[in-house]
Amino acid sequence: MSAQFRSSRRSFLKASAVSGGGLVIGFVLPAAGRVAEAATQFKPNAFLRVASNGHVTVVCGFSEMGQGVLTAIPMLVAEELDADWKKVSVEQAPAAKAYANPLLGIQATGGSTTVRASWEPMRKAGAAAREMLVAAAAAAWRVKPQDCRTHKGYVIHGRRRASYGVLVTRAAKLPLPANPRLKEPKDFRLLGQDLKRLDTPPKVDGSAKFGIDVSLRGMLTAVLSRPPVPGGKALSFDASKARAVRGVVQVAQTPHGVAVLAQGYWAAKKGRDALEIKWDDGPNAELSSDVVSRTLTDATTQEGKVARDDGDFAAAKPARTLDVIYEAPYLAHACMEPMNCTAWVKPGSVEIWAGTQAPGPTQAIVANIAGVAPEKVTVHTMYLGGGFGRRFAPDFTIDATILSKLSGKPVKLIYAREDDMRAYYYRPASVTRFTAGLDAAGNPLSFRARVASPSIMEASGSMKIPPSGVDKFAVEGIADLPYDIPNLRVEYSRQEPGVQVWFWRSVGHSQNTFFSESLIDEMAHAAGKDPFEFRRALLAKQPRHKGVLELAAARAGWGTPPPAGLHRGIAVAESFGSYVAEVAEISVGKDGQVRVHRVVAAVDCGMTVNPEIIRRQIESAIVFGLSAALYGRISFKDGKVEQGNFDSYPVLRIDEMPKVEVYIVPSAEMPGGIGEPGLPALAPAVTGAIFAATGKRIRTLPIDPDLLKKA
Amino acid sequence: MISLTVNGKKKRLDVDPDTPLLWVLRDTLGITGPKFGCGVQLCGACTVHIDGKPVRACGTPVSEAAGKHVLTVEALRFTHVGRRVKKAWLENDVPQCGYCQSGQMMSATALLTQNRSPSDDEIDAAMSGNICRCGTYNQIRAAIKDASVLLGGRRR
Repeated sequence: MSAQFRSSRRSFLKASAVSGGGLVIGFVLPAAGRVAEAATQFKPNAFLRVASNGHVTVVCGFSEMGQGVLTAIPMLVAEELDADWKKVSVEQAPAAKAYANPLLGIQATGGSTTVRASWEPMRKAGAAAREMLVAAAAAAWRVKPQDCRTHKGYVIHGRRRASYGVLVTRAAKLPLPANPRLKEPKDFRLLGQDLKRLDTPPKVDGSAKFGIDVSLRGMLTAVLSRPPVPGGKALSFDASKARAVRGVVQVAQTPHGVAVLAQGYWAAKKGRDALEIKWDDGPNAELSSDVVSRTLTDATTQEGKVARDDGDFAAAKPARTLDVIYEAPYLAHACMEPMNCTAWVKPGSVEIWAGTQAPGPTQAIVANIAGVAPEKVTVHTMYLGGGFGRRFAPDFTIDATILSKLSGKPVKLIYAREDDMRAYYYRPASVTRFTAGLDAAGNPLSFRARVASPSIMEASGSMKIPPSGVDKFAVEGIADLPYDIPNLRVEYSRQEPGVQVWFWRSVGHSQNTFFSESLIDEMAHAAGKDPFEFRRALLAKQPRHKGVLELAAARAGWGTPPPAGLHRGIAVAESFGSYVAEVAEISVGKDGQVRVHRVVAAVDCGMTVNPEIIRRQIESAIVFGLSAALYGRISFKDGKVEQGNFDSYPVLRIDEMPKVEVYIVPSAEMPGGIGEPGLPALAPAVTGAIFAATGKRIRTLPIDPDLLKKA
Repeated sequence: MISLTVNGKKKRLDVDPDTPLLWVLRDTLGITGPKFGCGVQLCGACTVHIDGKPVRACGTPVSEAAGKHVLTVEALRFTHVGRRVKKAWLENDVPQCGYCQSGQMMSATALLTQNRSPSDDEIDAAMSGNICRCGTYNQIRAAIKDASVLLGGRRR
């Protein structure tokens, strides 16, 4: 078992020589280091190969950014293949049509889709191979296939057994079964088990190769100077000081800025910093966070495009009304590995090495820039040092390709941390105005949300806002409110203050669940009810929401006194097909500093592939959400982003880390997503706890300690 | 010319003395375990040891390593403490994206070399300079405690 990445330059080139033809000729066995021959292996489809020694290689078309796809995909294939897990390794797929994500229609990893998209196809890939191996054995033994069984890499009939390895030549000659039979979930041996990740060994000995680790002979490293104001342009530049830096080879202007190409990063960075550029700041020169905030807030006073309209909000006559405004800022992803890409534009073909979530779109975009057919672009998807949606974007692959084309050399473009944070791919700032009403008995009667934010659909380059005028990402987490409220209306107003927006872990849910779940908390308080009981009563028709809510509450000891000085909050949300409830236990210091001590999460994500990876992903999303709730903010002044590095854009560190408990609801439902669903409920659980602690309602993120200081 | 020892091998390099050790390791020597995260000693992804002490290689001029021994994650297994740290990391399946983990392991090894039985507060103090965006902090803490046991330390 090991994750296989082509790690040296030599093997990169070897791989590229064969990938154009679409037939994989050789591959390296991680354990033995031997090369298997094409004639002696069985390759029934694009997703797996069985070698004559019985070793199974699963080819994964999804990108590994920490969420465990390089383990989950092999588990799905190996389950139905009845492979010996000890003889399974995984390899990253090239960009090719066969590896398109069935849920997205392109070869890309995002939207917590991998397991949902692969649950059936990857199992069928394994099942088809198994049926062919069984047929090969049955023919050799002159018995019926249905009288044979399989176990851990062997076909068995009575007392006879044949390893998959000895059957590969015969199996390779058999027709592919059209509709292979899948196991009943009760017969799963691997799925639902806490198997160790296949990518751990290379990640603890320094051998895992991320995009930034690529090195090619003759390669130059590039650092790009980008306009300091979004939408700006370089008017003119003086590169004389940059050229004087030892190691600088070339200075080149691209449509997106001015790049210094050098021998290694340090020379390129020093050269970049020595550039003297006159910028035209363009239309956003006056941009400020105050203007963004005012623009969005003002928009919520007007009627928007209707995203949901149940009952008759206008006709409802509540006894008591809440009218409140919630706001969330732009956010950067701040992946640990700054954006980077290595491109090599050759005559008639291109090679790309990148930690990208979107190898398919990358192939098409790069082909267009280089003027070659897409199949002439080889994309090597490397390990991603964090993704969170950011590595779905094409900016780094585009600029690396342009620079390789300009210089005629392989070019590795690296963003300095500040470049990465100021590259304008932000979670949208958003404002929602709620008007909610309770009847005389304290039951929710009406609920209206007016959402104002930029459109991710329009920014994506691949989607358009539909005729309804509603960007689905802008309203998710509100328009899908699960609570039983008779008169419910959600409206959207698209506002574009001039900053590029993008997908960020859990997308619209990341801010909207904070808004909507906080509002539900406010309604509970107004009704004089317990936040957990209030929710539970409104979720009678939503068994999966209710299930996780009750489980999280029970495990957290909701209803019993919290430890001295601690306070609890609770929230629940569905996103990406999974249901998550979280209880946060927090304290607020005299200085207003919030500390989260414990988070208890319950998740219902349907059938599980690897429960330990699920628990880790929920915990990971909790940490990501907590960093954002406590600290996350990208702000603008005079058109410029005010944050640049981890001092001005802090993220959670180990000394602030809460204890996290994750409980999984046993379920026979189809699998849901898992990379993102742990995030949305975190912020409202924390701010609900802050209200319990202080009586103060946090309606703007990040949480401002000044509002919570004890006088 | 600058002379130093990297992972037990003597190197003589013609590089500007102000070049950060990180880029000498990565770009000149092809040692890519130490990672670039922030460039200003805020995230710890580049942590290596110089003569056994943890340093942020992104902010350490290579001249400061002249005549000294540099250790990176690639050679961690050759040290008594590092071998146990690596084993604990494997057994706890700590990494997610994995990018920060070589720096985490170098910081953890330095801590455990000084203190075989670190308390939670001592772990916080030694490890809070290493950021993990995947949020593996609880697994890092568990692995440090397991490595402590492997080293014969007391559970605290």
